[in-house]
Amino acid sequence: MSTSAFWYASRATGIVTLLLLTAVLVLGILVNRQGRLPGLPRFAVTDIHRNLSLLAVTFIAIHVLTAVLDTYVHIPLLSAVIPFASGYERLWLGLGAISLDLMLAMIVTSLVRGRLNRVLWRAIHLLAYASWPIAFAHSIGSSKDLQQGWLLYMAIGCALIVAAAVIWRLAHAARQVPRAARVAAVFAQHTASAARSSRRTVTR
Amino acid sequence: MAQTRMTPPVTGETLRVNPIACTGHGVCAELLPELITLDEWGYPVIDPRPVPVALERDTRRAVAACPALALKLMRS
Amino acid sequence: MTAALNESAPGGAARQAAGLPRLLPPAPEDLRAHLARYGPVPYRGRPGALIDDLEVSGLTGRGGAAFPVYRKLAVVARARGGRKVVVANGSESEPASRKDELLLRVAPNLVLDGLQLAAEATGATEAHLYLHHGPTQEILRALAERSARGLDRLEITITQAPPRFLAGQETALVNRLGGGPALPTFQPPRVSERGLGGAPTLVQNVETLAHLALIARYGPRWFRAAGTDAEPGSMLMTVYQPDGKCRVVEAEIGAPLRSLLSSGADTRAWLIGGYHGTWLPLPQAASLTLDNASVRQHGAALGAGVLAALPADRCGLTEAARVTGYLAAESAGQCGPCLNGLPRIAAGLAELAGPGHRRQTRADVERWAGLVTGRGACNHPDGTVRFVRSALTVFAPEISLHARGQCSAINHGAANRKPFLPLPDGIPTSEDDWT
Repeated sequence: MSTSAFWYASRATGIVTLLLLTAVLVLGILVNRQGRLPGLPRFAVTDIHRNLSLLAVTFIAIHVLTAVLDTYVHIPLLSAVIPFASGYERLWLGLGAISLDLMLAMIVTSLVRGRLNRVLWRAIHLLAYASWPIAFAHSIGSSKDLQQGWLLYMAIGCALIVAAAVIWRLAHAARQVPRAARVAAVFAQHTASAARSSRRTVTR
Repeated sequence: MAQTRMTPPVTGETLRVNPIACTGHGVCAELLPELITLDEWGYPVIDPRPVPVALERDTRRAVAACPALALKLMRS
Repeated sequence: MTAALNESAPGGAARQAAGLPRLLPPAPEDLRAHLARYGPVPYRGRPGALIDDLEVSGLTGRGGAAFPVYRKLAVVARARGGRKVVVANGSESEPASRKDELLLRVAPNLVLDGLQLAAEATGATEAHLYLHHGPTQEILRALAERSARGLDRLEITITQAPPRFLAGQETALVNRLGGGPALPTFQPPRVSERGLGGAPTLVQNVETLAHLALIARYGPRWFRAAGTDAEPGSMLMTVYQPDGKCRVVEAEIGAPLRSLLSSGADTRAWLIGGYHGTWLPLPQAASLTLDNASVRQHGAALGAGVLAALPADRCGLTEAARVTGYLAAESAGQCGPCLNGLPRIAAGLAELAGPGHRRQTRADVERWAGLVTGRGACNHPDGTVRFVRSALTVFAPEISLHARGQCSAINHGAANRKPFLPLPDGIPTSEDDWT
């Protein structure tokens, strides 16, 4: 295969991966917020989130392999997981490796999450909030593709979508009633709705 | 003619929820309506009997799908 | 009892020894008086030795759950691994209970003996004392005296329990001892398998440990000389008579409840077992005896030994509604069903106790009661529902009367009335209230 075909394939799969990871993150937040995709059952949100994450890993694998196989620049295979081990674009590829490492931790723990301590699984899964921005930086910095034109707008669009989802998530966290105040909140909510309902007294 | 009533075979496991971990996502009730229904506040009410063999695969799927990792299959 | 007694004493002396009181000396005793009365702490010299005696004795926990004591010790004793923990639970989180407080004041050395003996029997490496009011003068003095004599094998760490109803629950206790809030966690595993810091942890009520200290000295046959065959021994009761006075009494299990609680015209209902207990109507309940087998016929259990005879001039529905409001506020708020159900049940009961209620309320309360039972991480919702359901049964006529703006209790509605059943002030509002 001609080397430029590998190079194009790597760039293309990189773009698709960014889109997939954006969707995965947003869906992950949607799961946490018990949100729904219109017309779909609840388990669809969790399933699609999971399936897209596995699809993203597949695309990353192709993205890395085609970059390594391309002979125009030398990128050692290990630099995909060992940060800053590549001579070519050391910084930007290094960020990609860091992001991938975080993703691998999330994927592996999620594959065995039934056997893992619940709190530990969640703590590692929260690395998503670090992994995405690092992947985004890698995308923008490692090739000129996303630095101009339609792909730049696409990248900005992804960043805005992620920012909106994260703000939504943080807003909910801020509004959450602390545990020690929950009972009082239920009392208040119940009293209010009882007052609103019709009052028919038992008088016999 | 007398008919013997056969009870469906059961596994040696019961499905339980950790009520502290559970936040009422409700995914489990969609995947395993035979054993799980949701109460008026969205929390799962689980059939306490041992899981029937016929439902074992669906039960494991529901356990895996819980976003809060709140479901557990335990030896009865 | 004036002299130490041993198992081989002739029947007459053993029978006399079986007499009460066993736990409560006539006056608070210091270490010297304690040792003069009971003899030295009977360490056996090896782990596991006491457990068979406890099994034969039939001693069950006096903290409310009545679990066979030997079983808990056996689980901890046979666990492998270096670290094991024993805890004396003196948190007495039941607001109406005063027995543990009294026991720790007048006979702290019995409790401390029991703690050290349980530690030896289980091979424990760590001992804790969990207290409602923090270390009292009596406890500190007892510990100092024991330390001076070298009586104690393990040093005891004292932790104060927060004034929460759930603070004495086993897993909440372990969380508190570990430095966190006194909040229950989901079981399994049980704390006797994995408790404080992951180590097998024995949690026993202070009264249970006092009985254990006596069984270690006088043997299981002595212990069984009182009580019934199925439920041997004696227990401390906190008794509220219609005159409003609260007394702590040590009673033989199986004694007629009539001998402890008034059943005359000054009362119309009894509360058996505290705020997770059961209301019983008089005169039907008057024939019951102080043992779980007897009270179980009416769906009741002795719990941590709180007995109250509601004065005839008091409204049981109002008292029950108040207590239920307290129980709801004391929910840990961790489990959806309990968090959602208990406040609604309490509000419903308050409405039923008020001057007129919605038609739907009675059915709502029953529905919510069914929804919370068995669906929490601890048995707080279950205990609360038992209290509520029994109140709705026993005080059913009261509900109809209240709906008409009346009440069968004399002086009901008197403005300066102090409530009959004791409740602490204040409700928990922040995380600090749980530590």
